[in-house]
Amino acid sequence: MLLSEYRSKEILRQYGVEVPPARLARTPDEAEAACAGLNARKYVVKAQITAGGRGLAGGVRFAATPSTVRDEAARMLGSRLVTAQTDARGEVVEEISVEAAFDLRRQVFLAIALDPESGHPMLLASSEGGVTFEERVRMDAGAVSTFLLTDAVAEDPAALAVFLGGIGAAGPLPAATVLSMRQAFIDNDMTLLEVNPFAELPDGRWLAIDAKIVIDANALFRHPEFEGLAAGQRLSPTETEAQRANINFVPLEGDIGVVVNGAGLGLATNDMLVEAKGKPANFMDIRTTATSFDIARGVELLLAQGQVRAILLNVHGGGMTVCDTVAEGVAFAYARAARKVPVAVCLGGQNAEWGLKILQDRKVPVTVYPDMKAAAQGAVALASGGAR
Amino acid sequence: MAIIVDRDTRVLVQGITGRAGTFYTDQAMRYGSTYVAGVRPGLGGTEHLDLPVFHTVAEARTATGANASLVIVPAPNAADAMVEAIEAGIETIVCVTERVAQHDMARVRRALAGRDTVLIGPNSQGILTPGQCKIGVMPTRHAQPGEVGIASRSASLTPAVLASLAQAGLGTSTTVGVGGDALHGIGFVDCLRRFRDDPETRAVVLIGEIGGREEEKAAEYLAASDYGKPVVALVVGRHAPKGRRMGHAGTLSVFGLETAQDKIAALSRAGVLIAADAADVVPLVQRALKGTA
Repeated sequence: MLLSEYRSKEILRQYGVEVPPARLARTPDEAEAACAGLNARKYVVKAQITAGGRGLAGGVRFAATPSTVRDEAARMLGSRLVTAQTDARGEVVEEISVEAAFDLRRQVFLAIALDPESGHPMLLASSEGGVTFEERVRMDAGAVSTFLLTDAVAEDPAALAVFLGGIGAAGPLPAATVLSMRQAFIDNDMTLLEVNPFAELPDGRWLAIDAKIVIDANALFRHPEFEGLAAGQRLSPTETEAQRANINFVPLEGDIGVVVNGAGLGLATNDMLVEAKGKPANFMDIRTTATSFDIARGVELLLAQGQVRAILLNVHGGGMTVCDTVAEGVAFAYARAARKVPVAVCLGGQNAEWGLKILQDRKVPVTVYPDMKAAAQGAVALASGGAR
Repeated sequence: MAIIVDRDTRVLVQGITGRAGTFYTDQAMRYGSTYVAGVRPGLGGTEHLDLPVFHTVAEARTATGANASLVIVPAPNAADAMVEAIEAGIETIVCVTERVAQHDMARVRRALAGRDTVLIGPNSQGILTPGQCKIGVMPTRHAQPGEVGIASRSASLTPAVLASLAQAGLGTSTTVGVGGDALHGIGFVDCLRRFRDDPETRAVVLIGEIGGREEEKAAEYLAASDYGKPVVALVVGRHAPKGRRMGHAGTLSVFGLETAQDKIAALSRAGVLIAADAADVVPLVQRALKGTA
């Protein structure tokens, strides 16, 4: 779960990392009023969307006076920001953060993630922070250097201070700040903590100007304090409904609904569909714990989407997800659905014959194919032929 | 021959009394593997599926000579279970549990440091040496003994590949599901090394997908060594939607958010035969085996 910049910096502040004074605003009035509490000579208005690339897309604006803050807020709130990391529709700006703006003497990039080999938190750092960081790293991966933040380093940060000196963040303050970040990273089950830029002010203070935190959704069982955040992940009603039915569902823009068990098989199916010039309407992965009723709900979600003109059912039964369970679910959804689009079917593995018999007996409009490639091509043909 | 597990492997099950634990232990025993014990704290001294149940892994190992463990417990308990098995000296640990927290797996990785333990998973379908030993949750219907070694990151794609291999009359030496999580045990490189040293394995299939750095590391290893056996790779996710990517792409690429195309290019440069799609794997394996006959 990706936290907004404001919430990310709020957590860092609680761990003693210095961040710019900031207020959250949902209306232009709130934005203007927020300035009074910031005790700043100039301001910056930042759209609180989760996608990156915001600065280059107009989501970060500087303002000299509270009234210009108000104008920028009015322009941003309710608009859709399209950045390099969003889809073409962009993300709606519902909240903005009004912050004190500073002159920055030096900007570096810092991030903490888990080292997959050693299992220790790993610091990634670069001497050139700021908006151009990504481009620089893409051209030169060596621009990022790494340092393991082991327990021993937390006890004695001398080596850490030397490392940070090497990227232009010398002195005791950056090292102490990184150790605070490390503690926040561990305590809150973060999978990514990114501060860009981590900046030095003319008076020698170091501030986390922008931050991004990803919390591990699989660790929520020990973090009841983040439960509200899970709800605020802005999933569409379809995605929320699918989650409830034990199905991972990513809506796409195409006309072929896809029903698959397993993420890898789903990716392989998606590849075959696109290469057969098909346009998937979704990416779906039925979890092993899904019942036939869950699967029925997933199929109903597809049938409810007007643009879906055919369904590709590609299931390899095994373990706890056997083909007849999936077929039962599909047949159940079709029995209740008003719109019955044609289904291209490839069933393999456990109880494949039985699953097929269920689909045919219940009059689901299926066309059966011998392998998944043929089924993908079949689905493309069915979609272009329309509902029969 | 096979890698990691064979007919001498003696398996205990951590979490044997649960619904999934019961179901998959029963399936594996019917398949013909040697399961010797279950572990469930609080239920030591009882029996389940006609196997003795112990409070701890150490007790079970001493009493039964178990050298492998299947960890099939709820995600919040998975790290403790893996660490217990590591500390009890179990040689091969297979964790099929999904959704283990990353910081929990980090603790497991630290427990593995300096040990020879082979950890497979978590979020793995397990390991299968056809006709000899199954530890995990994978279907066995199409698995037959043979000369192809498989290392896979996808639990759902592997049985489909096994089925098409079987259709072509091809079997497998061992299939290893390395799991789909960012932090995990054994990876592609370790599997490749073991398959190279296994005289029965004549070709290796890698099933990869977007994310992580397994494919890149395999490419680096193969490019730097004279592997001597054909390697076929399928990498899925070539057309995965990009809109959902989070965070700074540049940063995350340090951990491998490279595209499927990048992975394919790296493997191809290392001399790996690239399958165009899932249907292309078997023809490539057939051609490769003919070439080395």
